[in-house]
Amino acid sequence: MSTEHAISKRSYYTVFFVLLVCTYLTWQIAYFDLGPLNTVVALAIAIFKAALVVLFFMHVRTSPRLTWVVVVASLFWLGILLVLTASDYLTRHWI
Amino acid sequence: MWVFLATEVLFFGGMFLTYSIYRHAYPSAFIAASREMIVWAGTINTAVLITSSLTVVLAVHAAAAGQRRALLLFLMITILLGFVFLGIKGYEYWTEFGEHHFPGRSFQFDARYAPQAEIFFSLYFMMTGLHAVHMIIGIGIMAVMFWLSWRGTITREYSSPIEISGLYWHFVDIVWIFLFPLLYLVGRHVH
Repeated sequence: MSTEHAISKRSYYTVFFVLLVCTYLTWQIAYFDLGPLNTVVALAIAIFKAALVVLFFMHVRTSPRLTWVVVVASLFWLGILLVLTASDYLTRHWI
Repeated sequence: MWVFLATEVLFFGGMFLTYSIYRHAYPSAFIAASREMIVWAGTINTAVLITSSLTVVLAVHAAAAGQRRALLLFLMITILLGFVFLGIKGYEYWTEFGEHHFPGRSFQFDARYAPQAEIFFSLYFMMTGLHAVHMIIGIGIMAVMFWLSWRGTITREYSSPIEISGLYWHFVDIVWIFLFPLLYLVGRHVH
């Protein structure tokens, strides 16, 4: 494990602040009727927050390639799980 | 730890998938059931977990810099925030049991949506329950890290246990980042 990280304490506080602002936004936006966009916006903010945590708090931004491979592979498997199952359930009424 | 977390992604991924399928099948019941969630509790808990993730990175930072006092302080705050989260979650469960929202024989809900709302609450209790189990394990790991740091096992040269434990904690935070909007905020826009 590398213990050297190019991420400064200051950027941790910045990321923390952005995460809190995003939480506030998700919460407030949920009260506006955007139709199907409500879920899209909520998930987009959640994905953005998760990316901030992974890249900065979990140091992936400055991690070796091997860590990137594992992260991307896990997202790829998650994608297979979600896409293949959705392609079944969402198309059943076609036949 | 990263490989373990990859398996955890799929573990929780399966539950999010089940949630998506049922929400797609019963949108109005999910909206009705989600409106019963205690929004302030979920929002505060999101902020609590984000703050605990900050204290974890500050602990990792302190460990790598060999600052023992700061390390112990941030680990302690992290553990306390973990208990605050579980306390608020416990209050929610207590309220929901009182309102007969726990699935089972005594489940009560608006008759139009009752069977499908019961599915929502099953998913809610499974997903947040599994998350809470992860929180309890996380608090246990942080307690061990506190002990190791107290004993002086963790040094500037040997700080990777703190970093690896931190990865687990952040992962559990990320799961909550997705649980919060999907369980608490669905259908808030319906008046």
